[in-house]
Amino acid sequence: MKHRDEYREAPRVRRCADAISAAVTQPWTIMEVCGGQTNAIVRYGLDQLLPAEIDLVHGPGCPVCVTPVEILDKAHTIARRPGVIFCSFGDMLRVPGSRGDLLGARADGADVRVVYSPIDALQIARANPAREVVFFAVGFETTAPANALAAKRAVDDGVENFSLLTSHVLVPPALEAILASAENRVQAFLAAGHVCAVMGFEEYLPLVARHRVPIVVTGFEPVDILHGVLLCVRQLEVGRAELENAYARAVRRGGNPTALSLLREVFEVVPRKWRGLGPLPRSGLGLRGRYRACDAERRFAIRDVDVAESSECRSGLVLQGRIKPDRCPAFGVTCTPETPLGAPMVSAEGACAAYHRHGRGSRRSGTAPEAVPTEGRP
Amino acid sequence: MGELVLPDVDAWSCPIPSSRYPNVTLAHGDGGRLTHELIAALFQRAFGNAHLYRSHDGAAVDVPGGRAAVTTDSFVVRPLFFPGGDIGSLAVHGTVNDLAMCGARPKYLTAGFLLEEGLPMETLWRVARSMGAAARACGVEIVAGDTKVVDRGKGDGVYINTSGVGVFERDVEIHPGAVCAGDLVILSGDPGRHGLAVLAAREELAFEDEIRSDAASVAAPALALLEAGIEVHCLRDVTRGGLATAVVEIAEAAGLSVTLEQDQIPLSPVVRGGSEILGLDPLYLASEGRFLAIVPEPAADDALGVLRRFEVSQDACAIGQVRVDGRPTVELRTSVGTTRVVERLSGMSLPRIC
Repeated sequence: MKHRDEYREAPRVRRCADAISAAVTQPWTIMEVCGGQTNAIVRYGLDQLLPAEIDLVHGPGCPVCVTPVEILDKAHTIARRPGVIFCSFGDMLRVPGSRGDLLGARADGADVRVVYSPIDALQIARANPAREVVFFAVGFETTAPANALAAKRAVDDGVENFSLLTSHVLVPPALEAILASAENRVQAFLAAGHVCAVMGFEEYLPLVARHRVPIVVTGFEPVDILHGVLLCVRQLEVGRAELENAYARAVRRGGNPTALSLLREVFEVVPRKWRGLGPLPRSGLGLRGRYRACDAERRFAIRDVDVAESSECRSGLVLQGRIKPDRCPAFGVTCTPETPLGAPMVSAEGACAAYHRHGRGSRRSGTAPEAVPTEGRP
Repeated sequence: MGELVLPDVDAWSCPIPSSRYPNVTLAHGDGGRLTHELIAALFQRAFGNAHLYRSHDGAAVDVPGGRAAVTTDSFVVRPLFFPGGDIGSLAVHGTVNDLAMCGARPKYLTAGFLLEEGLPMETLWRVARSMGAAARACGVEIVAGDTKVVDRGKGDGVYINTSGVGVFERDVEIHPGAVCAGDLVILSGDPGRHGLAVLAAREELAFEDEIRSDAASVAAPALALLEAGIEVHCLRDVTRGGLATAVVEIAEAAGLSVTLEQDQIPLSPVVRGGSEILGLDPLYLASEGRFLAIVPEPAADDALGVLRRFEVSQDACAIGQVRVDGRPTVELRTSVGTTRVVERLSGMSLPRIC
């Protein structure tokens, strides 16, 4: 296995940080969109290297975090049906819905299995023709192609006992929602490199033009992230608002054509509700045409329900970049990785979990909490 | 330590249900925060004695004619056989290592088996032979045992408990309470291979390079430190919860802080790559053949020289230093020169989505 160590070398990291310090003259708020970037920032303490003027806020790009309670409840309902094998990526298992998490369903006897790929779930379906096998298809544009492939193979090969519970979401509508909010304080974005590797980055051009906001396609290593911040700062300081690609080693303007054509064949753009952001038009992917045959919500005739989220959990504000995780009154008190109130405390990509795991906020337990805005939709 | 006041425990209500856990969860057994809480809030309070409050892997007890080390460990692993080991060898090495971490020479083990109805006899034979071979290699004898069978579906084939007795060949005080500010933290080799190997075997994950568990006895290098006359303040094997949890446990029990240097922690390429792909932090992956030795700084070079003579600890290196700092914390100086706090394992490690 090879590593891109050159993107972690201390001297290069320092040079990037120094260049940011030299470029900045006033305060700027920059949001990193992806949870993988949040995790790298906290894990490497990259914000410690930045000048005080730069405030990095954490975005909604954690698939586990933005999956709404309703979908979790649907997953719960389906998983408990007799004869169902419910397959999911590991980190969805501990996200609380209104009736507990999927681990709890498993403890009660549901057949819930962790898989590492939707193709594994399809394999389980082939091996268990008498059982209904459901895959929990959650995620952004990055995980959608593999899920599309699983749906296509299932339909092409006539695997009739396989279905997908889909809750795919798209990045650009979430950025639009954040920018359109009256409470918005984000002045530039580090776009998620992996998402752009699939989708390309032309779809961000309208956002840049409409909101006059710099967007820089950014990778996940320390040097990548600081380079993305540097390009944002340089734009902000001279009043430019452009789309730039700071992750050219992985991202092409047109994205991955094979993955895109598969996505267009299997999925169509649909409205989705997001945890923290509420319902957003044209913000997700749903199965289309003949692939609706493997839509688990149809197969199990699951009705839509509206569920209230925990009032104590401020994850909506965290996901919009309006507060940092350690400013939530529940952080580390009633909300911990063992007893998460919201998804961002569960996922490896979640900002709250990253803060908790790496000791952010825990040393400030003696200080009085600042006033925290209450939850509100943008 | 000696002034423990032990009220009538029968008068207490169960301390755990007052928290948010009316039932045991899987996370109570992962060696992280909840395991720690379970031990501190429930078992130590129910059993309370000075030996337990030392929070070490085993206890040193006075017996006529000298001191003995006593410890016990239970082994639950799926699959039973994995690259680099199996539940049988693990059950021997785990208890042997715990005795050695007290500074004692392991002598005798007992073995308790919980077998699931339907377990193939051939499988049990393979496990037993593996235990026998491991015991002979470690110079210990398995001198007593017990077997129970549970209904089909109520166990993963076989669970094993081993208890061990070791003897102290010299007068040593090896436990977190002996750790001093300025001591160096030595790690005997690259951490995390056991955790990743078992995960890969269980979930049938294929990595480019084969990943083998690090499971092994570390008694020989640990005892060689004492034989060489090196002043060892604490020994701790790195098991569930990984390197991070082991260091945090020592720091908290010692009431001191530790600074770890990320660049000094030797990670094998396969653990580094595999944990990045799965979104796991290698500092929290289990080992079963690695240990920490906390020694005074002037003794560190000699200690490293001794450890590197053994194959199982040939990559030993100093990874950090103990210091005094208000509240005991473990801090990691990252490769890019920043610092972050290292906490014990919290919540279960679950592979991520993307």
